[in-house]
Amino acid sequence: MTLRLTSICFAVLTSVAAPASADDLDDVMHALAGRRHGEVSFVERQFLSLLKKPLDSSGELLYDAPDRLEKRTLEPHPESLLLSGNVLTVERGHHSHVLDLQSYPQVLPFIESIRGTLAGDRTALERMFRLQFSGNLARWTLVLVPLDAEVAKAVAEVRIEGAKDDLLQVEIRQADGDRSLMTLHAPVGQ
Amino acid sequence: MRARRARVIAPWLIGVVAAAWIVAHANYVTDLSAFLPAKPTPLQKQLIDQLRDGPASRLILIALEDGDAHARAHVSLGMAQRLRGDTEFSSVDNGEPVSAQRDRDFLFQHRYLLSDAVTAERFSAAGLRAAIEETIENLASSSGLMLKSLVPHDPTGEMLHLIDELARTQGPRTQNGVWASADGARTLLVVQTAAAGSDTDAQERALNAISTAFRASVTAAGSAASAVQLRMSGPGVFAVAARAKIKRAVTRLSIVSSLLVIGVLLSVYRSIAALILGLLPVATGALFGIAAVALAFGAVHGITLGFGITLIGESVDYSIYFFIQSLRRDAQGAASGSWQRRLWPTIRLGMLTSVCGFASLLPSGFPGLAQLGLYSISGLIAAALVTRFVLPVLLPHGFKVRDVTPLGVWIGRRRDSLRRFGGVAVAGAACALAIIALSVLYQHRATLWNRELSTLSPISLQDQRYDATLRSDLGAANVLDLVIVTGPSLEAVLGGAERAKVPLQSLIDSGAIGEFDSPANYLPSLATQQNRRSALPDRQVLQERLRTAVAGLDLEADQLSPFVNDVEAARHGALIAVEDLHGTSLSSGFGALILHQSGHWSALLPLHAVNGAAAPDIDVARVSAALAAAHLQDTQVLDLKAQTDALYASYLHEAIRLSLCGFALIVLLLLFALRSPLRVARVLAPLVLAVLAVAAGLAACGQELTILHLVGMLLIVAVGSNYALFFDNEGPKQRDETSPLTLASLGIANLSTVIAFGLLSFSQVPVLAALGETVAPGAFLALVFSAVMTSRAPPSAGSADTADA
Repeated sequence: MTLRLTSICFAVLTSVAAPASADDLDDVMHALAGRRHGEVSFVERQFLSLLKKPLDSSGELLYDAPDRLEKRTLEPHPESLLLSGNVLTVERGHHSHVLDLQSYPQVLPFIESIRGTLAGDRTALERMFRLQFSGNLARWTLVLVPLDAEVAKAVAEVRIEGAKDDLLQVEIRQADGDRSLMTLHAPVGQ
Repeated sequence: MRARRARVIAPWLIGVVAAAWIVAHANYVTDLSAFLPAKPTPLQKQLIDQLRDGPASRLILIALEDGDAHARAHVSLGMAQRLRGDTEFSSVDNGEPVSAQRDRDFLFQHRYLLSDAVTAERFSAAGLRAAIEETIENLASSSGLMLKSLVPHDPTGEMLHLIDELARTQGPRTQNGVWASADGARTLLVVQTAAAGSDTDAQERALNAISTAFRASVTAAGSAASAVQLRMSGPGVFAVAARAKIKRAVTRLSIVSSLLVIGVLLSVYRSIAALILGLLPVATGALFGIAAVALAFGAVHGITLGFGITLIGESVDYSIYFFIQSLRRDAQGAASGSWQRRLWPTIRLGMLTSVCGFASLLPSGFPGLAQLGLYSISGLIAAALVTRFVLPVLLPHGFKVRDVTPLGVWIGRRRDSLRRFGGVAVAGAACALAIIALSVLYQHRATLWNRELSTLSPISLQDQRYDATLRSDLGAANVLDLVIVTGPSLEAVLGGAERAKVPLQSLIDSGAIGEFDSPANYLPSLATQQNRRSALPDRQVLQERLRTAVAGLDLEADQLSPFVNDVEAARHGALIAVEDLHGTSLSSGFGALILHQSGHWSALLPLHAVNGAAAPDIDVARVSAALAAAHLQDTQVLDLKAQTDALYASYLHEAIRLSLCGFALIVLLLLFALRSPLRVARVLAPLVLAVLAVAAGLAACGQELTILHLVGMLLIVAVGSNYALFFDNEGPKQRDETSPLTLASLGIANLSTVIAFGLLSFSQVPVLAALGETVAPGAFLALVFSAVMTSRAPPSAGSADTADA
């Protein structure tokens, strides 16, 4: 872990001097932007200091360019989070809530980090995060650090790993040390 | 002579000055009160409270249109910020989470008293375990992050439960951080005025404040916002617009019709002195009419002033008769007393006939009608008395108006050409006309009367539709369907609201209603709070149960010590009082749902229709049945629109009944004065025929008749009775030879009446237009029919019988 962080720091430091890395980021962004539709299954594991054991959930993620993202949790409790434009619709049981993302600045980075990455929208990502890129198109890691101080109180960083235009893993590290790790797989049969 | 003059003029002047003082100091209102019952039933009382002071009456809906969404959001934020600092408004909502932190603090602090999930069972070991298991499950969900920090304090999830409950009646969607319509075309704000909706002055100030805030916000938002447009709707907006409209219409119509009538009189009299003298009865009548209303009712409704124009129509006739008939004095060289002897009895009878007609309106429960009745009675009496006593003494020596004999001769010829047909032919034509009119009315019997109060509203249908659009945009309860719980104290009505929750929840479950609001969601009754508080176990017991509850769960009991402390604090804490709500957004929500008037409390539970239902109407009967089945006392469902329409329909029935009584009174009066049923029939036949013809004409044109059309018909009889009495009075004595002068004065009087009422029919204010379109043609027909039918020999008796029937 320490080794990896060091390498990221190194990557960040060198990114200024070595534009090659920035080119790699653009390559990845370009590849991601080329994908119009995505459908993967996910397994999410949350590590909370409050609980003795991690919490597991699973379901599927659906993406349609440029700005529709749906997270459908199937286990242990069905829930749907649908982000379309700036409107987030949450459905649980009989309840359905429609939220305007703009009104929930604390929720925004969670969603924007994944959606912006899926869309390959570097400008949108840079509006909200400091970007740290390492690796190359074949295998890359993108670390997003919130720029906003309020957001940084909740989220330390979002760490996305991928290969070409596939996302493999999304890790959200919260400021209090809790974290969640979401692993993505192409669904069976694809 | 001089002494006699003083004896007449002094009381008149004193009266005028007194009346002018009363008029100047009278209280003028333009709210809905003219259309509301004077002696309400308890349910009607609640209805009136609602319309005047209820939360619905204080709501102003604001829409920002055009321009782009960002600019609109900017303007919305700017306006809200400016309006929140204004004491005219008790709440300003645009979707911004302004008091979100205070709301959360309030809910969190009082969660064990507010949450309806708090029961003794929930705090048993098994109940705690179930609640904690659910909380752990929730941690894995999207709300987990928000929930995480709460768990040590609130492992049973009361806070989440409260937020869910309050979010059930969710507002509109938000766009760029502020409320917007579902299609995103409009940015929305809702403000509530501090003053009651019936306080039109305050409403107008509030609207001005909103416009000012809008302009300032547009300027501050820069050039991008310059295209943004402001639109407002709501009861206050309507009231202000209606008042302006009525004021404008009344002013304009009074001026125009006065000018036209003055023009007619000038061209007839060719004398400024005569004109001024001629308008004295009118002005005195109007002054006395308003003064009488102000004294009797305490307040004069704006619309009553509108009817002032109608008084010009009839009272100007008196002076016309007086001046023109005074010509005859010169021709015959008679003393000045001849007018008083010859014509005054006829005018007096005509005036009394009108008074009888209007007197029938006095007992009406519809204050608007009662005011109109009193206004007309006192105005007509005053005008007639001024004509009779004041005008003769004011006449200058050598006063002379133009000789209008040629006009009379011309009118006489027109009439004679009609009278060439024999009496049988006239009677036959009258019968035929009556039969045609009656059959038209019979054909339209189903749609003859309009029973909706909204048809009297000066608000255009377009504006009413826009209001409905904004309401559905806001997803707000339509505030037309309410459950009302009444009681002697706040505690009583909150308890009632809590009991009503059970049947209402079952109505939601069965899909009859979508949701409902309740003040008890914001502030439970003290009894309920006490029950919840006593359901909380003491520290020792809770700790023990908690250990049992979390055994085998992924949570350590020790981590929940903040929970144990909070519960202990809640057990010893005070109950929530109304004051504790201050500073939260819950305060305005609660205040909107509680009414307190003279020791009488009401809790309002607005019903929301099912979302996306094909018919957004709520089945009020079903709600009513559910409430009745639950045996709830002092709990009723109020369908505002149905109730107001029912109220109006009852006025209409009452007005029809009273008008018929008035007609009967007129018949009795004429029987007494004329002492001949035949003559009474002859006088009334043309008037009844005119009324029938006008009613049939309106019905044939697709016009549904309202209460004001009915008043118009009464006016036809009132004005027309003068004509008929003149013909009746002159006819037999002069051997069927009505003098040209009488004909001329009747013609001129009729022309001025038709002008005054004809103008009214073009008014944008429905009540005035209804009156105009009835009286203008009616007065003309009454003159023509009277001229042809009344001054004839007996055969017309047949037609009178038919028309009467």
